[in-house]
Amino acid sequence: MKAKHQRLTLVLLALVALIGAGLLAAYALQDQASYFYTPSDIADRKPEAGQAIRLGGMVENGSIQRSADGVTVQFIVQDGTAQQLVTYTGITPDLFVEGSGVVADGRLDGNGMFVAETLLAKHDENYIPRELESIDMTAGKHKTETLVQ
Amino acid sequence: MIAETGLIALWLAAALALLQFALGAIGLRAEREDYFAAIRPVAVAQGVFVSLSFLLLIWLFLRSDMSVRLVVMNSASVKPLLYKFAGTWGNHEGSMLLWVTVMGLAGAFIALFERSLKKATLVATLAAQAFISLGFYAFLLISSNPFERMFPIPADGQGLNPLLQDPGLAFHPPTLYFGYVGLSVAFSFAVGAMITRDVGAAFAKAMRPWVLGAWIFLTLGITAGSYWAYYELGWGGWWFWDPVENASLMPWLAATALLHSVTVLATRDGLRAWTLMLAVVAFSMSMIGTFLVRSGILTSVHAFAVDPERGSFILALLAIYIGGAMALFALRVGTVKEGSRFELISREGALVANNLLLSVILALVFIGTLYPLLVEAVTGEKLSVGPPYFNLATGPLALMLVAVMAAGPLLRWRRDNPKALVNRISIPVLVVAAALFALVSLTTGMSVLALLGLALAAGVAVASFAPLWKRNLRRTPLHTYGMVLAHFGIAVALVGMACESSFTEENLVAAKPGDEIVINQWKLEFEAIEPVAGPNWTALEGRMTAQYGDGTLHEIKPQNRMFAAAQTQTSEAALLTRWNGQLYVVLGDGDSEGRWQVRVWWKPFVPLIWYGGILVALGGLLAMIGRLRRGYKQRKQREYAEAML
Repeated sequence: MKAKHQRLTLVLLALVALIGAGLLAAYALQDQASYFYTPSDIADRKPEAGQAIRLGGMVENGSIQRSADGVTVQFIVQDGTAQQLVTYTGITPDLFVEGSGVVADGRLDGNGMFVAETLLAKHDENYIPRELESIDMTAGKHKTETLVQ
Repeated sequence: MIAETGLIALWLAAALALLQFALGAIGLRAEREDYFAAIRPVAVAQGVFVSLSFLLLIWLFLRSDMSVRLVVMNSASVKPLLYKFAGTWGNHEGSMLLWVTVMGLAGAFIALFERSLKKATLVATLAAQAFISLGFYAFLLISSNPFERMFPIPADGQGLNPLLQDPGLAFHPPTLYFGYVGLSVAFSFAVGAMITRDVGAAFAKAMRPWVLGAWIFLTLGITAGSYWAYYELGWGGWWFWDPVENASLMPWLAATALLHSVTVLATRDGLRAWTLMLAVVAFSMSMIGTFLVRSGILTSVHAFAVDPERGSFILALLAIYIGGAMALFALRVGTVKEGSRFELISREGALVANNLLLSVILALVFIGTLYPLLVEAVTGEKLSVGPPYFNLATGPLALMLVAVMAAGPLLRWRRDNPKALVNRISIPVLVVAAALFALVSLTTGMSVLALLGLALAAGVAVASFAPLWKRNLRRTPLHTYGMVLAHFGIAVALVGMACESSFTEENLVAAKPGDEIVINQWKLEFEAIEPVAGPNWTALEGRMTAQYGDGTLHEIKPQNRMFAAAQTQTSEAALLTRWNGQLYVVLGDGDSEGRWQVRVWWKPFVPLIWYGGILVALGGLLAMIGRLRRGYKQRKQREYAEAML
């Protein structure tokens, strides 16, 4: 390899690698990024069943129901205008209580139920999931109606 | 008075940093040798004063001085001493002070001990170092004074976030910070060398210990952070591709690339411009990491400090440093002469492949981490990018990287014969093939990535020792042992990762005391729930006896803790480690029927992930000791030769 060409080859290699990385990232992001929905968003434009999404809102007061197996919990997430029924199997996070903010990763099933794979509740009294900052935190505390399945 | 003294020391240190920068800048421009001579003591004094300031802050925390706002917000008088100590840096102001302290100490260290670099380059390096520190001093003194008093004085403090009250985590942030600051020193060296147009082997040799040191700390920090997330969050996972985790991974990827390219520069005088570029990128990544963590701009399970104003301050610093360095690089890269050349099939060629792959992985992690921010800024839509993206995008590349890692050390410098290479790697390749065959025939349902990962790990484990093959083991340099150990550590960690992802078993039940829970070869006897209390928490503790298939009995006690000061609950998972894996038990909530949620995982060979990480760091340490010792001997020999003349 000639002297001048080596540096050029290296630069080209690096460029090709970085462009490749960009393309790979763009391709992977298209399928794998999960969009954030509030219950109203879901009511407005329902995502396809089975598509990974992120749901955020307040846990409706009086809506947490544990099922007979003792490890599955159903509850309603609301944002003041709409409600979404959620089911989760697992140990609920510390500080997952009615009226508190929650962010759930999961997908809608065929019946419109949101099946959560992970639940994030607020960590401590200072921490609010960032997606929830725009939602009125007090909204959940005044509503007590429950959703009819 | 202690707080005031601390603040004065901080101001003095800042003034000294300004002086250090001015001496360097003016001295270089006017070529004043007397300015050169003055810069060393100034750098040492800066290190002394900033350390004093930090020590005084620690003292305030240890004494629980509730007239200082920072102590009130982040500490409480009833708290174990260790966490009062660690509370010093478990908050925004304290961690920034720690950062600038480590930087000041690093500057003092260079001023005292760096003797092989050209004088002008050293001065430029110290000036660059002072310039970076100045930004942080301004940050501390203008917007986040750690010594601010509070009036009226409250009766007690608000406590440290309970999740942070953990011995592992007490030392996790400083470890990462040492790594970040080490990269800032490497960056200063690169800037210094660019300013004085002194990019060559001598500069690379001076920079290498700092890159190695930074890399060791980052490796340890990531390993410890991963283990913390694993047992403290109680989710059973060891890596979540969370933005804050990525913030520590990105500098590590850049540092790993830099570590390998600086070796080429130091031993073969090749890859000059590329190494400079990597030094800039590595420091950028540590600044971006700090920015992501400290600004709370990304949703994260670890983001505790959420403050947009401070975020914009760090962002401004970031723009100045990175923009300046990139501009300097663009101006000077033309004057950097091309280093010595090499063939494609050679040690250098393999290291270039290593660098390219690491850079691409870094770019993928970077894009995935910042993509949500970009989309939100442009379209207002909120989205998150999680493990599916990162695993898909980086997994295959990481495996390619591991394959290169196995072959690279078996190649000769400059040029090698492809046939000889085939001979040398035939045994590892056979091992991979045999492992692949065994896995495919013996196991079911393994993912392709895990399957390849496990087979490759077997090959790498063998190949990593090949550089010692047929060598006189007593005369082999220490840094070669370091490389062998670090590469072997990667193989070990890879085995742990692949096993964890493929063979983990999980059982989630609601159990009453007296029930039995079965998983893999384990039988868990759930005996009782007892209330227990610690220094600043109370807990409900599950009492269980775990019996393994061979009859051995173990006690396990998962807890649900309630912290008094912060009204916060955490679950303390119970871990039981055997040679072949770990049993992981989490206690959940109780219900009205007297049942308790219990989640149990059996994770075969999972501790290998962190043992591997520790081996990698140890390898780095061996290499560093070896390099430093050799550098010291060479200098002594040179001095001796000069004295003889």
